[in-house]
Amino acid sequence: MTASGIIAAAVTAPCHPWPRHILAPDAWSALAAVLAEEPSLELLALWADPTQVYALFHDAGSGRFLPASVAIVGGGYPALSPQRPAAAWFERVVHDLWGHTALGATDARPWLDHGRWGQAAPLATRPAPLAVTPAPPEFLPVAAEDYHQIPLGPVFGGIGEPGHFRLSAEGEAVLRLEVRLGYAHKGTLGLMRGKSPRASARFAARISGDATVAHAIAFARAAEAAAATDPSPRAHALRAVMAELERIANHFADIAALAEAAGFAVLATPAARQREAVLNAADAAFGHRLMMDRVIPGGVAADLDADGADAIRGGLVALDAGLQGLVRLIDASSSLADRLAAGAVAPALVARYAAGGPVGRAAGRAFDARKTPGYKPYDSLFFEVPTLPGGDAEARLRIRLAEIRESLHLLRSLLATLPEGPVSVPLPLASGEGIGWAEGCRGDIWHWLRLDGGLIAAAFVRDPAWLHFPLFEAAMSGSTIADFPLCAASFGCSVSGVDL
Amino acid sequence: MVFRTLLATLRRGPATRPAHAPDDEAAQAFAVRLDAAAQQRLGRSLAIRSVNAGGCNGCELELRMLGAAVYDLERFGLRFVTSPRHADVLLVTGPVTRTMHAALVRTWQAMPDPKWVVAVGDCGIDGGVFKGSYAVSGGVDAAVPVDLTIRGCPPTPLQLLDGLRTLLEANAR
Repeated sequence: MTASGIIAAAVTAPCHPWPRHILAPDAWSALAAVLAEEPSLELLALWADPTQVYALFHDAGSGRFLPASVAIVGGGYPALSPQRPAAAWFERVVHDLWGHTALGATDARPWLDHGRWGQAAPLATRPAPLAVTPAPPEFLPVAAEDYHQIPLGPVFGGIGEPGHFRLSAEGEAVLRLEVRLGYAHKGTLGLMRGKSPRASARFAARISGDATVAHAIAFARAAEAAAATDPSPRAHALRAVMAELERIANHFADIAALAEAAGFAVLATPAARQREAVLNAADAAFGHRLMMDRVIPGGVAADLDADGADAIRGGLVALDAGLQGLVRLIDASSSLADRLAAGAVAPALVARYAAGGPVGRAAGRAFDARKTPGYKPYDSLFFEVPTLPGGDAEARLRIRLAEIRESLHLLRSLLATLPEGPVSVPLPLASGEGIGWAEGCRGDIWHWLRLDGGLIAAAFVRDPAWLHFPLFEAAMSGSTIADFPLCAASFGCSVSGVDL
Repeated sequence: MVFRTLLATLRRGPATRPAHAPDDEAAQAFAVRLDAAAQQRLGRSLAIRSVNAGGCNGCELELRMLGAAVYDLERFGLRFVTSPRHADVLLVTGPVTRTMHAALVRTWQAMPDPKWVVAVGDCGIDGGVFKGSYAVSGGVDAAVPVDLTIRGCPPTPLQLLDGLRTLLEANAR
């Protein structure tokens, strides 16, 4: 039996919009065993609650999305990581937060838990108090005799996020990069529990500041799915306006960061100015530069008046000209193109990790959550999803430029066809399970939550960086130390998105 | 190419925004904390080391804009440095997670005296929305002594600029 067949044959529990398949532990074992034979069955996320482990699969062959779950027996569940390397980080986080052990996992080291929370498995029904002193971290061995290690972080140069990057190198050549996260673990999932979706929206908006709108949309959609509510057409359209503004602003920021890392200040300066122009338009239209807390479950918290729409329209003209200027500058700089022929990831590896966003699309994986599974209002809008086969830093830069162009088009058509009506509807005090998604600037974002009497009983958030960091690690091995800042800027992973 | 850029700049004027006058009251209060020797040594220039103590990266997005042409931090004599050994000011964002606590304290210890700490963003004041979590110490004050706070979630670049210039004004008195 194929892996997708095993999932589809299992009994289902209600979950919106896709029923969740409840697998028996032996069926889950059988699934884990045959997963390698079906590479088109993509693993998007793996998470848990105190009694079960959940996984979200996407059958790329048939286009179906398959949520699945297995009950914990004796504190463990069969691991998927021997067949799916992308599952390894998820299995480690399931152990750190909920205390469930992945049996037969490829990596059993702690992940987010550095032994400093004062308790083990904080999201378990009864977290165990912890009195031991934190052990020093273990890093993966390197198969070389004469190598040195460069420890970077959690505090290192520049204005960035806290993470530890361990570079093992032989001279200039990098043998292995290993990322160690957990420094920005704020306990967000724990804070969400027991609160209403409206109250929890501010946590969703602070999963990762650069994708605050996209995370808020995915979270709101999960809550709306669980409570069987659909916001007004105007709310959907306004969410899309905010999401596209956010995408443009962040792509310009990523281009500026990449230009800076490549030592090409003449591009960094105008790119940062373009970003500033987008943020000013967002501030004039929605009253906050990053549009934080403007998307809420049930709709949006800020309406767009005529002045606000004019501010965005006025910005669009300048942005169009600015974008063309940037493209001309990039096309005319062969030295930049030479520098950006770095940080390549093999398209096969990208497909294996099911990585989305510019990282996936620059390596031929055309997945875009606005198209598949799609959501309002994008199902009635025309736009292209640009892809390139290269998989290197230049391809990711070109994808970002092309996406800015598409987003400018989308904003024009959204503003021209903005429906009238209320901007938010109340959420009923419902019980249920829902999955929400949104395409953020870095890729597809997934939120899952279970409501119990209108309050959140359990939740999980999957930021695109979960699948991008391992690819960043892969791109660095075989590369040089000097390429590290360039690669980091080109992948643009969010630490906070993974650390939760 | 260069000629065209020059022409466009002449026509449009500079992209840099004029800044507000710094907050006089806050500058006065802060000046009290600085001793005369420190003022003499540092003059009107401060080196800033930024540390994210577990924030959501929203504050970092706005901090990065300070260096861009629109806000141009360096015109005031303020600059970001990479090593705490070169820094006069430790600029901390985030709610100070338990995992970042030790790293933040060690960064502060690595700075030479005289030194000041600026807590940026609502998280840095008391943990913000993350207050009460098992993973959060709750504010920069829980780890290192704070001299100045800049509110906002995240503060806008202008608010950041105003706050940092308060520091500078106080230092120059």
